[in-house]
Amino acid sequence: MLQTEQLTINIGPQHPSAHGGLHVEAVLDGEVVVDAIPHVGYVHRSVEKIAESRTYAQFVPYTARLDYLGTHLPVIGYVQAVEKLAGIEVPERAEYIRVIMGELSRIASHQLFIGSLAIDLGATTGLLYCMRDRERIMDMFEMTSGQRLLAAYMRIGGIAEDLPPEFLPAVRSFVRDIPKMIKEYQGLLYGNEIFQARLKGIGKLSAQDAIAYGVTGPNLRACGVSYDIRKAEPYGIYDRFDFEIPVGSNGDAWDRLMVRNEEIIQSGRIIEQALDQLPEGEIRAKVPRVFKPEKGKSVYHRIEGAKGELGYYIVSDGGEKPYRLHVRAPSFVNLMALPLVSRGGLVQDIIVNIATLDPVLGEADR
Amino acid sequence: MAVDLNKENNDVEVLQKNNILVTTLEKIWDWGRSWSFWPLNYGCNCCPIEMLAASAARFDIARYGYEVFRASPRQADLIIVAGPVTLKMKPILERVWAQMPEPKWVLAMGNCATSGGPFKDGYSILPGCDTVVPVDVYVPGCPPRPEALFHGLLELKKKVASGQYTHRR
Repeated sequence: MLQTEQLTINIGPQHPSAHGGLHVEAVLDGEVVVDAIPHVGYVHRSVEKIAESRTYAQFVPYTARLDYLGTHLPVIGYVQAVEKLAGIEVPERAEYIRVIMGELSRIASHQLFIGSLAIDLGATTGLLYCMRDRERIMDMFEMTSGQRLLAAYMRIGGIAEDLPPEFLPAVRSFVRDIPKMIKEYQGLLYGNEIFQARLKGIGKLSAQDAIAYGVTGPNLRACGVSYDIRKAEPYGIYDRFDFEIPVGSNGDAWDRLMVRNEEIIQSGRIIEQALDQLPEGEIRAKVPRVFKPEKGKSVYHRIEGAKGELGYYIVSDGGEKPYRLHVRAPSFVNLMALPLVSRGGLVQDIIVNIATLDPVLGEADR
Repeated sequence: MAVDLNKENNDVEVLQKNNILVTTLEKIWDWGRSWSFWPLNYGCNCCPIEMLAASAARFDIARYGYEVFRASPRQADLIIVAGPVTLKMKPILERVWAQMPEPKWVLAMGNCATSGGPFKDGYSILPGCDTVVPVDVYVPGCPPRPEALFHGLLELKKKVASGQYTHRR
């Protein structure tokens, strides 16, 4: 019997697949992974502490910098949490625009997921198709707010400005093209035998383990658990839309990809319905510049972010700034399942597992 | 036309008129270096996403010859510091910088790398990456557009071609 020695290697924090500052301590026995321990904190920007020295409105742009791939979603989560805390009613039109922007962000995030997964697997060309389609979403964000990536378009009580006239036709044509895009990804990327071999049966996560670890979002749905906060606890106006929750069956890397792929189509359906129902009217409730929620009041609001359950816990001390703000970051919780899915696999699969668990380090480290 | 190299008024201009270029090797190298940076694949926040967009089909960083993103610092000569430098990241950045072969340049991309940006008040952030590495070009923005990154790279190109960069041996 050949005696082998365990070897510890560090993947990251400067690594092309580190997704921006993730450090994985991989304990290897030959090529087999004994353990893969994620170390986070390289992008810790003390966001929660900064929140305590900003007024509620001033903190809005910071939230976009948490999950910068699904730009609008963390902002929507935050403003809704503050609205819940202060008891502010949001006009109908603003709610619909939030849904449209949120779902566009989700599509952008999932497209980048597919593109970066392709890069991590060595299929560099795969990125180009996804980025090409993602640029159309970036254009729409730029139309509405002037910023491509981190558009702080949401305001407490509504949105910043009304939609420009060229926005609606752009969204309509984008939504119409979604099936074509997916077909193209299928033909160019998913159909590739190497691509499938690298993903199928890799990094299996059982439904029990996923629930025990607190994994949420597409990663949980890939395990076959049909749980989506948009359906389970509808926030905003999500109870008015008809859409399906795509679920996987094996909980492997391939299912995590397929669930996200399917979610792009479902998000397109939601946007289409929202466009049809979009009412005219006010876009912003009258909110005083400085407002003070009741002392001692606290709120926990959660939304279905692009990565999973994104929650904000805000405590008020009666002042114009939050006393404490905590972000329940799905990326951080999902990432903790990395040792579980990587153990017993090969060293190359660690990269696949990091990519398909889809952590955003800005959100995980905060 | 024959040129008498022993004549006294053989200054550079006269030689140039006669199609004789006088230079130092370093200047030729600097000129060559400025046309093809090999940036390091480094970054830790929102800015790398715009860097990724810059390298994708629409903006196409390859038009300028700067598309060879290297994963290893030992193969790179330009580090685009994209994103904040946290206290935990500081030793990593120092080590990555030390591993890069000379000559090497730094481009600070985004407000975080320039000055700490919106997170300057935080307890875990350095006020800009110039506290760790010598920066040649600052590109402001949160995040800067891909076009802004190109502008920064072209400014760096001018700087390198003239030999006026910050970190010289």
